[in-house]
Amino acid sequence: MSNKVIHAIYNDDDILMDAVKKTRAAHHHIEEVFTPFPVHGLDKAMGLAPTRLAICSFIYGLCGLSFGTWMMNYIMIQDWPQDIGGKPSFSYIENMPSFVPIMFEETVFFAAHLMVITFYMRSRLWPFKEAENPDVRTTDDHFLMEVSVNNNEKELVSFFENTGAVEVKVIEKH
Amino acid sequence: MYTFSSKLKTFSLILMAVGLLGIGYGFISAPKNIQEVETILASDAHGSHEVFNTSSDAHVVSGENKVSADAEHKEHLEHVLNQLQNKPWSALYVACIFFMLISLGVLAFYAIQQVAQAGWSPVLFRVMQGITAYLPVGSVIFFVILIFCGLHFNNLFIWLDPNVVAEDKIIANKTSFLNFPFWIVRAAVFLIGWNLYRYFSRKNCLAQDEAKDDSFYKKNFKMSAGFLVFFIVTESIMSWDWIMSIDPHWFSTLFGWYVFASFFVSAITTICLTTLYLKSKGYLEHVNTSHIHDLAKFMFGFSVFWTYLWFSQFMLIWYANIPEEVTYFVTRIQVYNLPFFGAVVMNFVFPILILINTDFKRITWVLVMAGSVILFGHYIDFFNMIMPGTVGDHWFIGVSEIGSVFFFLGLFIYVVFTALTKAPLLPKRNPFIEESKHFHY
Repeated sequence: MSNKVIHAIYNDDDILMDAVKKTRAAHHHIEEVFTPFPVHGLDKAMGLAPTRLAICSFIYGLCGLSFGTWMMNYIMIQDWPQDIGGKPSFSYIENMPSFVPIMFEETVFFAAHLMVITFYMRSRLWPFKEAENPDVRTTDDHFLMEVSVNNNEKELVSFFENTGAVEVKVIEKH
Repeated sequence: MYTFSSKLKTFSLILMAVGLLGIGYGFISAPKNIQEVETILASDAHGSHEVFNTSSDAHVVSGENKVSADAEHKEHLEHVLNQLQNKPWSALYVACIFFMLISLGVLAFYAIQQVAQAGWSPVLFRVMQGITAYLPVGSVIFFVILIFCGLHFNNLFIWLDPNVVAEDKIIANKTSFLNFPFWIVRAAVFLIGWNLYRYFSRKNCLAQDEAKDDSFYKKNFKMSAGFLVFFIVTESIMSWDWIMSIDPHWFSTLFGWYVFASFFVSAITTICLTTLYLKSKGYLEHVNTSHIHDLAKFMFGFSVFWTYLWFSQFMLIWYANIPEEVTYFVTRIQVYNLPFFGAVVMNFVFPILILINTDFKRITWVLVMAGSVILFGHYIDFFNMIMPGTVGDHWFIGVSEIGSVFFFLGLFIYVVFTALTKAPLLPKRNPFIEESKHFHY
């Protein structure tokens, strides 16, 4: 079975948005949309599920808070409870205020960095990764919608020509 | 146009009446003289008083010490009498300054929105103006209370008592700033300044509705910028004058910001709750969940900001532990333990866990619940700032405290919702009103 896709190319984000809505209404499956910049509302128009990165970040923050608390408790209270300048090292709570800056920074550090790493992993980004760019113009001033073809090539081509596309190509994908 | 629902009007009037009864009861039940204090102390002979009694009994054995022990006992009774007499006054003072500063905070928020040319908030301007209508009323009552303090009806500000100043070198050295005439003139200047801005800003805003060009809008823009400069200076001095000077031996440099954060977040919460109420009654056609979401973000952000300042002030003093500074927190932790740390839970832990969720920031009942906790928490915050210096360990949230809050809450609701009926709830010719109507996030 051949693996054909349509590449419909647009040069305006408003026209792209309209085309996405029409394509969704006509029940054609959008594989991917490539844009040079974030188009506000595109994810909603495409019907993409909302991201859960913020939830991850919150959990990472809790991990950081726990780590900071555990670390300061182990070092300052359990392992070697010295009298340093009269600070009360008898229990964690008694000396808690001086640990808050560390606990706070650990929380932010974990939340931020682990969330970024999660983002890289989920979106498969790393150095030396081969760029998956179907058309170099999509990084500059063109928008590209990729739609899969299921034995309805002619119908699809004429459909996209009517959506204001400046170029419609049928591509064999490997 | 908004019409003041008769239910809400009755509710506010009942609150005022109940509040007045509570305030009156508080003043009547306060002890008049030392004899009454002695019977009060005898009837609840526990804790520190019992310790005091046994130590004075020990003195009786050696006859020559009896006189000094009696004098000491009398001094103690006078001290307690002072604190008990201060109790209804402090309750009144805390509630009065709290509600006045809420409307001042709304005024500051309103001025910031104008100067920042915010595109989302013009649909809420009339709500904010309605809330600031309490400022003139609150200012007058507050100023009268300050004059009562100066006329020695109470001992809220011990530096106003010449006998104290004569014996206290630290206070005596501060008399060039802390003296009644200068203090009351400062208060008058601040209150008049804020009220003038409020008056002219609203006047121009209403005139802009009927105008042919944007000149009134531009006037308001310039006036708001000027007000914000005036505000930040007067706000800082106001917090020294009206709150920090309750403890005239103590000082803190970030106190002004701390007080500001406390009433500013309460003010934003009040805007949010009022907006939600009016929206639920169908009066704010163009306010959508995105506007509410923005207000909720401000509530969240400034709750954290308040906590940041609370902790910065506490931790710096705790860490260095310098005796002349640290007594402030020693009293609060030992005598006001629950309200002191309870305020942090209500103003930080609760909002950060509830309002961090984007979806929750659009749900009315979540915001009403979080908002109520924040407002109550910041009342407790003002309680913690003022009570330890005036009533010490005789604090209690009883009839006079609740009565005072009821009275000012009733007055606040009455004044604010009366003001809301005076003008249409949507400004007509504000340059940003179209953007604001279609704001979505």
